Amino acid sequence: MDLSAINPVLLIASLMVAATPLLLAGIGELVVEKSGVLNLGVEGMMIVGAICGFAISVESGSPFVGLIAAMVGGAVLSLLFAFLTQYALANQVASGLALTLFGLGLSALMGQSYVGIKPPAMAKLDIPVLSDIPVLGPILFSHDPVLYVGIAIVAATWAFLKFSRAGLILRAVGESHDAAHALGYNVILVRCLAIMFGGACAGLGGAYISLIRVPQWTEGMTAGIGWIALALVVFASWKPWRVLLGAYLFGGISVLQLNLQAAGVAIPVEYLAMSPYLITILVLVIMSADKSSAPASLGRSFHASQ
Amino acid sequence: MTKPLLAISGLTKAYPGVVANDDVSFEIGEAEVHALLGENGAGKSTLVKMIYGLVKPDSGSMLWQGSAFAPSDPKTARASGVAMVFQHFSLFEALNVAENVALGMENPPPMRDLARRIREVSETYGLPLDPDRTVGDLSAGERQRVEIIRCLLQDPKLLIMDEPTSVLTPQEVEILFETLNKLKAAGTSILYISHKLEEIRKLCDHATILRLGKNVGECVPAETSARDMAELMVGDTLQTPTRSAEKAGEVVLDVADLSLTPSNPFGTSLKNITFDVRAGEILGLGGVAGNGQDELLAALSGEARTPENTLKVNGQSIGKFGPNRRRELGILAAPEERLGHAAAPDMSLTENALLTGRIRENLTSNGFVKWAGATSFAENIIKAFDVRTPGPHVAARALSGGNLQKFVIGREVLQRPTVLIVNQPTWGVDAAAAAAIRQSLMDLAAEGAAIVVISQDLDELMEISDRFGALNEGRLSDIRAAAGLTIDEIGLMMGGAHGMEVAQVQDDAAQGASA
Repeated sequence: MDLSAINPVLLIASLMVAATPLLLAGIGELVVEKSGVLNLGVEGMMIVGAICGFAISVESGSPFVGLIAAMVGGAVLSLLFAFLTQYALANQVASGLALTLFGLGLSALMGQSYVGIKPPAMAKLDIPVLSDIPVLGPILFSHDPVLYVGIAIVAATWAFLKFSRAGLILRAVGESHDAAHALGYNVILVRCLAIMFGGACAGLGGAYISLIRVPQWTEGMTAGIGWIALALVVFASWKPWRVLLGAYLFGGISVLQLNLQAAGVAIPVEYLAMSPYLITILVLVIMSADKSSAPASLGRSFHASQ
Repeated sequence: MTKPLLAISGLTKAYPGVVANDDVSFEIGEAEVHALLGENGAGKSTLVKMIYGLVKPDSGSMLWQGSAFAPSDPKTARASGVAMVFQHFSLFEALNVAENVALGMENPPPMRDLARRIREVSETYGLPLDPDRTVGDLSAGERQRVEIIRCLLQDPKLLIMDEPTSVLTPQEVEILFETLNKLKAAGTSILYISHKLEEIRKLCDHATILRLGKNVGECVPAETSARDMAELMVGDTLQTPTRSAEKAGEVVLDVADLSLTPSNPFGTSLKNITFDVRAGEILGLGGVAGNGQDELLAALSGEARTPENTLKVNGQSIGKFGPNRRRELGILAAPEERLGHAAAPDMSLTENALLTGRIRENLTSNGFVKWAGATSFAENIIKAFDVRTPGPHVAARALSGGNLQKFVIGREVLQRPTVLIVNQPTWGVDAAAAAAIRQSLMDLAAEGAAIVVISQDLDELMEISDRFGALNEGRLSDIRAAAGLTIDEIGLMMGGAHGMEVAQVQDDAAQGASA
């Protein structure tokens, strides 16, 4: 066992990379749930985003075009969910599960000819002076741009929900769709927009895995991150900064346990492998003990009858 | 009268199977308080929803200050100067007062200015309100203030109020009327929807009466008797429930020092409740909603367990018994919420009859359901209580509120209870059906049952109870004979003003002594 092989600076830098897909998917789902919709299709939207991003960036040669394609792909798939639940008034839980299964199958089909290909690489940020600072440079200033975009989305979501009128309307729709309707707000429209935002974020998170974190395509490569994102939103009590905290905690322990495995720590690998799930959920459960609660209309279908 | 603010002519709106409004016409003048009177289901709500732009009329037209008015959504209606205080469904419990107000405004100022303006308006109209409080923590009266202030901040020309007093104490009603009179003096017209006739006689300049969607008459309320207006509303002569005076028997239900922490975090704790009910007696419990009514019903029905000896029926302690053990003993209850609590919405009337009638009506054998027996029990209820439905196979959800209410009350009454506890037995039920339900409760009492009626309708409680008490913040006032109570005394019992002040002084004194 050789713990000195673990470099704390590299550990922190890589935990931020490991956390970003979860962060993106989680913040998207947070907005969806704040509007009162429970979309269990995060995993499906992520994997479709992953293959859309991968395929388009291979075809176009530009990772940025690929990332945009991933967001569009996730959002288009989420529109299917929006149509089923908001217009056809289908059950949200069943529709979300169906969306995940459909997304996994669709992505496998789309990705058949992309197995084993290497995508164009995304340039990392390299700011002459800042990136060369010891310790802080590698941690704060040497990542790919999407990672910063992820943090910016969290900050923007927080400000949007807390300070903007549109954010207030979104929260109101999630709290009581009947009251929002009575005041003249378009509940279905607000929810569809939120669902599309969630889809785009999940798609971006998926593409982050296939283009940046593990630059290749394998079937089912999101490996349950979408489900973790769903749990993360609940345990983060629907608060954006807590989603960030939870995602980094999860990413950190995932990276740490890999390092510990490599260092040959005398704990069975299975325990190490389950530790990120266990510790993240434990910490967030303790934190969510305060009285903040779910949006009151979460998961309920809205129909403007009479 | 000057030219009308709003003239409505020939408005018609039909829903599948029912015509909600049929060729309704009337006018509202400037600075006039206009009453819209009618039973539940007479089409009042649909009519105001058309004025507020929530529902589009099938035909007919409206003139606003002489020009055509057809709001496509509430925003356009608000822009013209229409504001509405809803009866239900328009506040967000998890948001604070200022956020709730902002959601109802077209162009809300920044939050800090808004909070200041809320304070200003609330002081001007005598409606104290803190903009930073979460609406979920407010009382019903305070919530209504939020709605009213939300409207007032937009300087409306027409304020629509949908049954505003149904959740208020008499004192709060007085405050509301003062506010409305101030508004009227400032030139605002008010469209006031209610079925409480005395209020309308006191407040309104003019009244339009709707029955089954049609305008059946207009009157000047101050010059018309309440009885005449009621008969216009019902379209029939009113049957007043009657009962023969009975001597009360032995104490059947004995509640002693009952305290209960509610399972629901927003619920009210019950504090040291003590009362008894005798055979053949009806005890009426009043009080504004959310002061422990639901919790008291849960404790009496067995949904919540209570310590030994706090609840006794005929001397037997029942606090630890669940609802089914209590049903075996003849203790039955009908909760307030019809859909989801008293009845399972998607199950048929037969299945719903079975759910509470299984034990006393003997509807199962060896774990198998006797469907024939259950169906005939449901049919008995439908027949005895005049429930308007195609048959017992219909889902509970498909019944109108009043019909389902008759069914759930009838289901318990027909099981010959020794103790019956009902919460809001006639909530949302039209006058004729309400009279029938009250009559059945009185008949049951005459046969020797002990009955507790929890209600927010004071007129109802005064009409049927032998003794009256009020719940306030989980405490029960002194129980007094119902005959001869004045409205002021009732208001004080409901507000708990006397009892509370005395308790406070005693607490202070106790603290002073210990310090």
